[in-house]
Amino acid sequence: MKKIEAVIRKSKFEDVKQALYDAGIEWFSYWDITGLGRSTEEQIVRGQVFQSSYIHRRMISIVVRDINLDKTLDAILNSAWTGDTGDGKIFIYDIQDTIRIRTRESGPEALFNKE
Amino acid sequence: MKRNILVTSLLSLLFIPTILAQTSALPTVAPTVNTGDTAWMIVATAFVLLMTIPGLALFYGGLVRRKNVLNVFMQCFIITAAISIEWVICGYSLSFGSSTGFLAPYIGGLDWAFLNNINITDLSPYFISHSQIGLDGKAIGTIPHIVFIMFQCMFAVITPALIIGAFAERINFKGFFIFTILWSLFIYNPVAHWVWSADGWLFKLGALDFAGGTVVHVNAGIAAIVTALVLGKRRDYKRHAIPPHNITYVVMGAGLLWVGWFGFNAGSGLAADGLAGNALMVTHIAAAAAALTWALLDWIIDKRPTVVGISTGAVAGLVAITPAAGFVGVPGALAIGVIVSLVCFCMVAYVKPKLGYDDSLDAFGVHGIGGMLGAILTGVLASPLIQPAYSGALYGNYRQLLVQLIAVFATIIFSGIGTFLLFKLTDKLVGIRASDKHEAIGLDETQHGETAYNNFD
Repeated sequence: MKKIEAVIRKSKFEDVKQALYDAGIEWFSYWDITGLGRSTEEQIVRGQVFQSSYIHRRMISIVVRDINLDKTLDAILNSAWTGDTGDGKIFIYDIQDTIRIRTRESGPEALFNKE
Repeated sequence: MKRNILVTSLLSLLFIPTILAQTSALPTVAPTVNTGDTAWMIVATAFVLLMTIPGLALFYGGLVRRKNVLNVFMQCFIITAAISIEWVICGYSLSFGSSTGFLAPYIGGLDWAFLNNINITDLSPYFISHSQIGLDGKAIGTIPHIVFIMFQCMFAVITPALIIGAFAERINFKGFFIFTILWSLFIYNPVAHWVWSADGWLFKLGALDFAGGTVVHVNAGIAAIVTALVLGKRRDYKRHAIPPHNITYVVMGAGLLWVGWFGFNAGSGLAADGLAGNALMVTHIAAAAAALTWALLDWIIDKRPTVVGISTGAVAGLVAITPAAGFVGVPGALAIGVIVSLVCFCMVAYVKPKLGYDDSLDAFGVHGIGGMLGAILTGVLASPLIQPAYSGALYGNYRQLLVQLIAVFATIIFSGIGTFLLFKLTDKLVGIRASDKHEAIGLDETQHGETAYNNFD
């Protein structure tokens, strides 16, 4: 089992979501993140210009069985890509175990619905 | 519906013989401003401004996604500023002024451009129930002319703002701005002239539009469907609506619209009198009936009453009662409120997804359909108990229904074709659709360089 964490553009979220559904991913969690980087953006408030280095992105987190890893990665890579700097990154972790609370099933079995 | 000097004095001659004596002998006392009427009209003007900013801005802003909320607010705000300027430059003159020759029934002239020849002591030439006899023997209103001009200015402002609902979330700001100015000049002004001016052809035909059912709501609603169709769907639209980002804004917006509508409708009598009181009452009752009906429909069909539903229902009721506010009583208001919610609910819940057009915030489904329904029902339900001179089909006056249908169809055809041509022209000039990338990132950031919900530390 692998956990995939991907930092993507907010504007690409709808496309990534659709690509993941199409790849058979049934659920994933996501949250908005703010990062700080070296590159700054100009912000103007009532004529005053100031530099802002806040970068807004969205983080998605998916745990998949090993057989699904490649197609999930492909789905994200293809749908989150624009070619400009700042398209994001993907991190992959090993998962030690998974337990479904309702049935106490554990291991890869707990990641998908057999019914 | 603005009564004019000639027709009203003619009616007065027919119906009230005592006026005859007054008009034939010139009065010796100069006409004066009625302070009560004037005070109410100044307040009503402020109420109608409140409908656009922040009322409509919040209502529409809550319904879009959070990456586009500032864009909607900005559209409402810049319309308020730009159309107010257009109004004093030539809009008022084109709408309410008079021209000569074959154009007279269709558009006003430029005599009042830059409000030329209008003094602060002048009384309004337009009036409805309150009038007085001027030194020249002609009937004249009881409020200053400039107050009438400002009151009408707010109507000119809110009408293009209503169209925003159709093209929200995908329009290029420059294209939007140019289109809005052109639309106000070439679509709003003529239609206002037709229905409300002393020379207008629909006015002379006897079309009833107390506060703007055809001029404001049908006009904007038809423009809405045309712009939605020409612009195409939003990139993320897939056969169902995109959920609102902040429903509390929607409620605040609908509430402010309801408050503002008291000025819109009860101010359209241009006086503080019983007719204004009636307009206030039927406006409130129709909105309440429509809100309740929509909530019940939600409750029965989708098992739960929704907050977006009741807010939309209230606005639909307010739209539909607009043309009728000076002509129907409480029974008529109840009927209009219930019917409009039934029809608009079916329109946005079933017909829109079937047809597959992307009217982002239902500007057509609520304002267009609600406005048409209100204008037609005015021809059915107008009661002689409210204004003795006007009655609808229910009271045996079938001609009124026919006249209302003519007014609605004329507006649909003119607004439909005119909007299409102006929208295409703007597209040729500057391009009207936001680029796919800008649409994906959001119009707040790409068109204005700002974001609504910042987390600066």
